[in-house]
Amino acid sequence: MILDAKIPPGPLQSKWQHFKENAKLINPANKRKFNIIVVGSGLAGSSAAATLAEQGYQVDCFCFQDSPRRAHSIAAQGGINAAKNYQNDGDSVWRLFYDTLKGGDFRAREANVYRLAEVSASIIDQCVSQGVPFAREYGGELANRSFGGAQVSRTFYARGQTGQQLLLGAYSSLSHQIKSGRVTMHPHSEMLDLVLIDGHAKGIIVRNLITGEIKRHAAAAVVLCTGGYSNAYYLSTNARGCNATAIWRAYKKGALFANPCYTQIHPTCIPVAGSYQSKLTLMSESLRNDGRVWVPKKKGDQRPPQAIPEEERDYYLERKYPSYGNLAPRDISSRSAKEVCDEGRGVGPGGLGVYLDFQDAIARLGRPAIQERYGNLFEMYENITGENAYERPMRIFPALHYTMGGLWVDYHLMSNLPGLYVLGEANFSDHGANRLGASALMQGLADGYFILPYTMGEYLSTQFGKKPTTDRPEFEQAETAVRAKLTQLLEIGGTTPVNEFHRELGLLLWEKCGMARSETSLKEALVELPKLRERFWKEVAIPGRGAALNQSLEAAGRVADFIELGELLCRDALTREESCGGHFRLEHQTEEGEALRHDETFSYVHAWQYQGEGVAPQLVKEPLDYEFVSRSTRSYK
Amino acid sequence: MNFHLRLWRQEGPSAKGGFEEIEARDIPAEASFLEMLDIVNNRLIKEGREPVAFESDCREGICGTCSMVINGIPQGPGRGAACQVYMRTFRDGDSITVEPFRVAAFPLVKDLVVNRSAYDRIIQSGGFITEHTGGAPDAAAMLIGKREADRAMDAAACIGCGACAAACPNSSAMLFVGAKVTHLSLLPQGQPERSGRALNMVRAMDEEGFGNCSNYYACEAVCPANISASVIATLNREFVAAVIKVEVAN
Ligand SMILES: Cc1cc2nc3c(=O)[nH]c(=O)nc-3n(C[C@H](O)[C@H](O)[C@H](O)COP(=O)(O)OP(=O)(O)OC[C@H]3O[C@@H](n4cnc5c(N)ncnc54)[C@H](O)[C@@H]3O)c2cc1C
Ligand code: SF4
Ligand code: FES
Repeated sequence: MILDAKIPPGPLQSKWQHFKENAKLINPANKRKFNIIVVGSGLAGSSAAATLAEQGYQVDCFCFQDSPRRAHSIAAQGGINAAKNYQNDGDSVWRLFYDTLKGGDFRAREANVYRLAEVSASIIDQCVSQGVPFAREYGGELANRSFGGAQVSRTFYARGQTGQQLLLGAYSSLSHQIKSGRVTMHPHSEMLDLVLIDGHAKGIIVRNLITGEIKRHAAAAVVLCTGGYSNAYYLSTNARGCNATAIWRAYKKGALFANPCYTQIHPTCIPVAGSYQSKLTLMSESLRNDGRVWVPKKKGDQRPPQAIPEEERDYYLERKYPSYGNLAPRDISSRSAKEVCDEGRGVGPGGLGVYLDFQDAIARLGRPAIQERYGNLFEMYENITGENAYERPMRIFPALHYTMGGLWVDYHLMSNLPGLYVLGEANFSDHGANRLGASALMQGLADGYFILPYTMGEYLSTQFGKKPTTDRPEFEQAETAVRAKLTQLLEIGGTTPVNEFHRELGLLLWEKCGMARSETSLKEALVELPKLRERFWKEVAIPGRGAALNQSLEAAGRVADFIELGELLCRDALTREESCGGHFRLEHQTEEGEALRHDETFSYVHAWQYQGEGVAPQLVKEPLDYEFVSRSTRSYK
Repeated sequence: MNFHLRLWRQEGPSAKGGFEEIEARDIPAEASFLEMLDIVNNRLIKEGREPVAFESDCREGICGTCSMVINGIPQGPGRGAACQVYMRTFRDGDSITVEPFRVAAFPLVKDLVVNRSAYDRIIQSGGFITEHTGGAPDAAAMLIGKREADRAMDAAACIGCGACAAACPNSSAMLFVGAKVTHLSLLPQGQPERSGRALNMVRAMDEEGFGNCSNYYACEAVCPANISASVIATLNREFVAAVIKVEVAN
């Protein structure tokens, strides 16, 4: 199988322009005839559904929450990047492009990333016109901050609630379109399978989570905007409901899954406190602008932090990375935290934590200034841990946060299955092996507002008169399979709650395929995972019925998929014999312990093709050619 | 810690509901309220019983999914949503009553789960600015004073949880509607549709069966997003101004 990314010809700066000028258009009268399924109502899904509806398409939008406004995007705190250069600090489309590519350790496509940087400015215009209350300066201009180690201030934000405000903006446009009748919203609906007709994505099978009803939906094209798979690790910063079911079932229908091993571990989360814990809370990365990260120099130092004198503290990020210091990128900061904890210098319960200390910032700027900047975060921290971070340093530890891998898509955001589009965190496209802060919101909205609405015409223009109907045998088969799987789950009659399997899976992945991976640990995981899977299908307890609200049943389906995905994740990590971005293989590091890439052998997208139950998936490679930039070694020293 | 729970159980909208007494044992003080319910549910499942249905997603107080009345307080004691309540705020051995939001416009689904789609329909009636993707001017072309922007943000912080209506003796949704109307009417972008928005949203609110505000301010007291009751005054002003505008035009 040869993957064609369909990159337009010409210089980098004019590829998107070239594409748009030559793109196939669908006339307004014809748009009405096409209906489109959008699964997901996060930033990617809401923006896509609203924009397609504005253009005149008939849209069906699905989400599993009770309202589209509650998608996981709502929780993003820090901000959204855009190459506006409002601060006159030398930012440009090129710089945002280069930073993103470099941040991703040169494992993304040049053309996609350039386009992302190019459309970033329009996103801010769009959101402001919707009434998103971005932070402002006294003179009324938009405020910016530097985020996640960027050397320019290009991040727009709305207090610590940027994701909420961007999502509510997209939700308001979506609501408008629902009112106009061009979008039919299906909340509390979970997609359980993709339906292919003659190899094209033409529909989905959905379970109504309140009534348990199973329904078929047909469309001219299917757009998946279903988010990432961090919750495979059980404890993550993601919302509890985030899951991989939609993309996983599409994978099992033939969509390629690209770079599953690229997972991002965020350095600043509240450490795990006990086994009852249901999720990990992110402390915004912006805290690293003023907080200093340290651990005691001495192993097992039990003194309270205030009692440890300055000379006995190791500000290890400042020591190792003098130029970026506490702002070193996420993968590097996380790994450094793990190293010092592995050395026995971690703090707090179980030695799994490091300090993030604001004493110097408070001394320099005064407590009110810190309160103004981070008051809500300090409050949140105190609420969760019972500790006051103005008086003693915060304890933080890395946690699973974001997944760069996802379904493979071409430049049009279409997967290898014609008619199946994948947007937002669910696709693999723009962040390479590591995502920079404030770039996911940018990508989700770029995909939904500005890219898909242009690229979709290419496919739809070939689909006139091919209106699928749900009485086709393909729908029948898919529905029967979905029902059979649900019945099978309900009939297991075991005694172990789904949660316990999920926690076990998470622990396994965290230990064997977390911040540092090795051939041994991955091979062990590949032995353990099939066993876990077998036990799950024998022992899981799912009380209640299928034809009603049944939260155990929902969770069981998702965990079953996560276990399978876990295997693919480890297999991919094992195959990628190099370290890059969030993927760190112990065998591949420099003498100083930094990630060692092998560009000659691994400058590829690893896309996996499902081959059937019990058969190893096939690896399909898309070469990453760097025509316009030369790959450097990331150095943040 | 151990707790004595009185939990509302109800199979479905038309089934008869009632309190069930359940013991919550060995709960870590650091656990959140929802984690305590997870522990209880795990035990119920192991005993072959149906777990208590409740919804949650972000568990960070921002998505507005969780909704329940804890000891008579919608979203529970302290600031923030139910998911932000931690067990250390209770005393060992406490009895805790947990019920669903009781609002006619939020019909019960099961146990603690209610249907809050009425709030979505109110937003659909006018809680937006009409614009279309691609047609926006450069964001820098519009200056908005920091004060207005901050006040708009204060109002825009509403998480759409429904606690305001659940707390109100009249089941009024004025805090929710007021928050959206205030957010958009403070901004220059929101001006062209200002009157229509207030009229349509108030009409939609009435049609959904929410009551009127008679100044109890119970909503403000429970709101996890700290929405100030002053948005209700703004809503009243916007509504009256809009009515007058329509009458003058006629
Ligand atoms: C705590 C936190 C903070 C973050 N902060 C930032 C930040 O400051 N800046 C930044 O750029 N990024 C940030 N991110 C990352 C960013 O928020 C996400 O990557 C992004 O919001 C994902 O958007 P999405 O639209 O792709 O998916 P989501 O918002 O996850 O939406 C997924 C949608 O799909 C639906 N869905 C899923 N599966 C199904 C199914 N089977 N059937 C039906 N519907 C389904 C869900 O209901 C939901 O509507 C943060 C992430 C976290 C966890
Ligand atoms: S106004 Fe407050 S209580 Fe009411 S829905 Fe919004 S956040 Fe909830
Ligand atoms: S679960 Fe999101 S607000 Fe409580």
